[in-house]
Amino acid sequence: MQPFRFDLCELPGETEGLREEIRAFLAEELKHVPKVTRAQTWSGSDTEFSRKMGAKGWIGMTWPKKYGGHERSFFERYVMLEEMLAAGAPVGAHWIGDRQSGPLLLRFGTEEQRQKILPRVAKGECYFCIGMSEPDSGSDLAATRTRADKVDGGYRVNGTKLWTSGAHTAHYMIALFRTDSAPEAKHSGLTQFLVDLKNTDGITIRPIKDLAGNAHFNEVVFEDAFVPDGMLVGTEGGGWGQVTAELAFERSGPERYLSSFMLMVEMIRELEKRGGDGAVEIGRLVAHLVTLRQMSLSVAGMLEKGENPALEASVVKDLGAIFEQDMPVRAHELLGMAPTVGEGSDYEQVLGYLTQTVPSFSLRGGTREILRGIIARGLGLR
Amino acid sequence: MNELQTILSDSVNGLLSERVTKALVQKAEEGEFPAALWSEVEANGLTRVLVPEEQGGAGGTWADAAIVLKAAGEHVAPLPLAEALLANWLLVQAGIEVPDGITTLLDGDFTLEGGKLSGEAARAPYGRDAAHGVAIVKGEVVLVALEAAKIDPGINVAREPRDCVTLKAAPATAKKASLPGNAMKLYGALIRACQMAGALGYLSTQSVAYANERTQFGKPIGKFQAIQQQLAVLSTQAAACGVITDHACAQVDKRGAGAAFEIAAAKIRVDDASSIATSIAHQVHGAIGFTYEHGLHFATRRLWSWRAEFGAGRDWAETLGHETIAAGADALWPHVTAR
Repeated sequence: MQPFRFDLCELPGETEGLREEIRAFLAEELKHVPKVTRAQTWSGSDTEFSRKMGAKGWIGMTWPKKYGGHERSFFERYVMLEEMLAAGAPVGAHWIGDRQSGPLLLRFGTEEQRQKILPRVAKGECYFCIGMSEPDSGSDLAATRTRADKVDGGYRVNGTKLWTSGAHTAHYMIALFRTDSAPEAKHSGLTQFLVDLKNTDGITIRPIKDLAGNAHFNEVVFEDAFVPDGMLVGTEGGGWGQVTAELAFERSGPERYLSSFMLMVEMIRELEKRGGDGAVEIGRLVAHLVTLRQMSLSVAGMLEKGENPALEASVVKDLGAIFEQDMPVRAHELLGMAPTVGEGSDYEQVLGYLTQTVPSFSLRGGTREILRGIIARGLGLR
Repeated sequence: MNELQTILSDSVNGLLSERVTKALVQKAEEGEFPAALWSEVEANGLTRVLVPEEQGGAGGTWADAAIVLKAAGEHVAPLPLAEALLANWLLVQAGIEVPDGITTLLDGDFTLEGGKLSGEAARAPYGRDAAHGVAIVKGEVVLVALEAAKIDPGINVAREPRDCVTLKAAPATAKKASLPGNAMKLYGALIRACQMAGALGYLSTQSVAYANERTQFGKPIGKFQAIQQQLAVLSTQAAACGVITDHACAQVDKRGAGAAFEIAAAKIRVDDASSIATSIAHQVHGAIGFTYEHGLHFATRRLWSWRAEFGAGRDWAETLGHETIAAGADALWPHVTAR
């Protein structure tokens, strides 16, 4: 028996009205946004756009109303997400707070943390970043070394977080720090904290330019930064379990197979213009797209039922990244046009952006090898 | 699973897991049809899942049929179970009474004149063993007895009978049915895709089991990361095929021939997966999996045969791709999300 369960999940009919509303909104909002900008999908950031989404009630959709949420279903949220991603909306500013940090605070945060922060997240005004990776702790997350030492009224933090997407725009970081350095406490010595990036001394944020010349991620250095007791999230020493639960959310969404969708659309447009060949390749991509969407929906169905789809989410993310990374290769084989930067047709520029960006798709949110290790564990091999 | 699905699953998996032994498949490959097993398959109603209850069937849906089709693939049953299941469904669509015994699919060029069927199906599954055949001629479903047919035996690489069946003015029963012009190929692709999804599931579980048994360098080879990563890939491919075939069957239940899009997607996806999965399964099994002695090849040879039957993935991809390009770039997402 396979250890995964992918029950079919059909979106309830009432989500279609929402879909139409979102499409109309996006048609207007993105009217003048170039395709290459849209190709960034959830890496693209526009705080004005985030505020508009907040006003529409499309951030924190499933959260309780008392925390600024809208108590809508996971399916409605799923429809919102897939429409945003397919259109290439600049959802990056609020993305992490909506997907990951908000749900984390709902689950593990204190009442004060929830009341103070979540309503602002839902309004599209308060943004998050995730402080997990470090110079010596990537896939081996439990090797985290940044220390939070207990002092009067809080913790003193020293160390460096790396590859922190959006740290330069975020108001808060959900950070994983070491509160116990004993060798036997590798996992049990980790704790999650909320860090106020805008009002804490001793924090330096430096952008790191990626290979395409963009600066989405950062190095964040903590030098005797003081984090008050009230900013601890969950339990001291419970960080590992909390982070694992959080990663299931990070791996479960439609963003894990739609990151290159803009290129697929522009490829078809290019072939439309040319006429002639390419049908076999496009047909194949469509088949994979449809399959991934059904798998992704199945995971959404499990979330709606309150089940834990951590393993299934890893399966979808692994297959999704293969699909996304294959896209520029297919495009190159089919059309043979040079990828461009700053000039050329929509197709050429989108190809330029994604050709350079796709290697990160099987690194972010858990590398391919880590995911396959998780799947192998599910298969009973380790 | 609903009640019928649980009953079907227990019945088909119980029967086939017990009775489809290596010896039985081997004898079938040598030309000995497993008639006793076939009788039990029929007695259990497995060929009549899609036949209404008042006509002696289970009155099931394609979602129910998928369970039987996947089991047939998973257990490498050397029987025309999938073919009979579809043939009987086609007869029901036309309101023709479903006969007992083996009924196979006649995919080929046929003409119907004055109630007599003539023509040739070049590779009819189990043509030599079948009592009846079902063809589709110009929108009519045709049932024909095969006793007068000329049979030129042939096999596919899984050594399943694929016989050339020639008919000359054979008396036939023909009735109009509301089916698409390519119904034989379309639904043929669906049954093969489901069987393939079942066989891919078998490759995954069998390869994991073997990796846990086989010891090298002092430990089971499944403890090596190189093997684990490969098996993870194999299992995700099998999982994807399980989903897309379930989806295709559910869409056929929902929109009939309007589900041609999903059927095409399913056949394309399982075709792609079988290339990846058969390669990994054999690599993990090493030399023993390349022998006739080990049963792995019963599944892998079926996958290599089935992926080209009723339209290879590339054929369906060509159709789907043309439709996609013709509809235009901006129509793709609305189309995908409307399903």
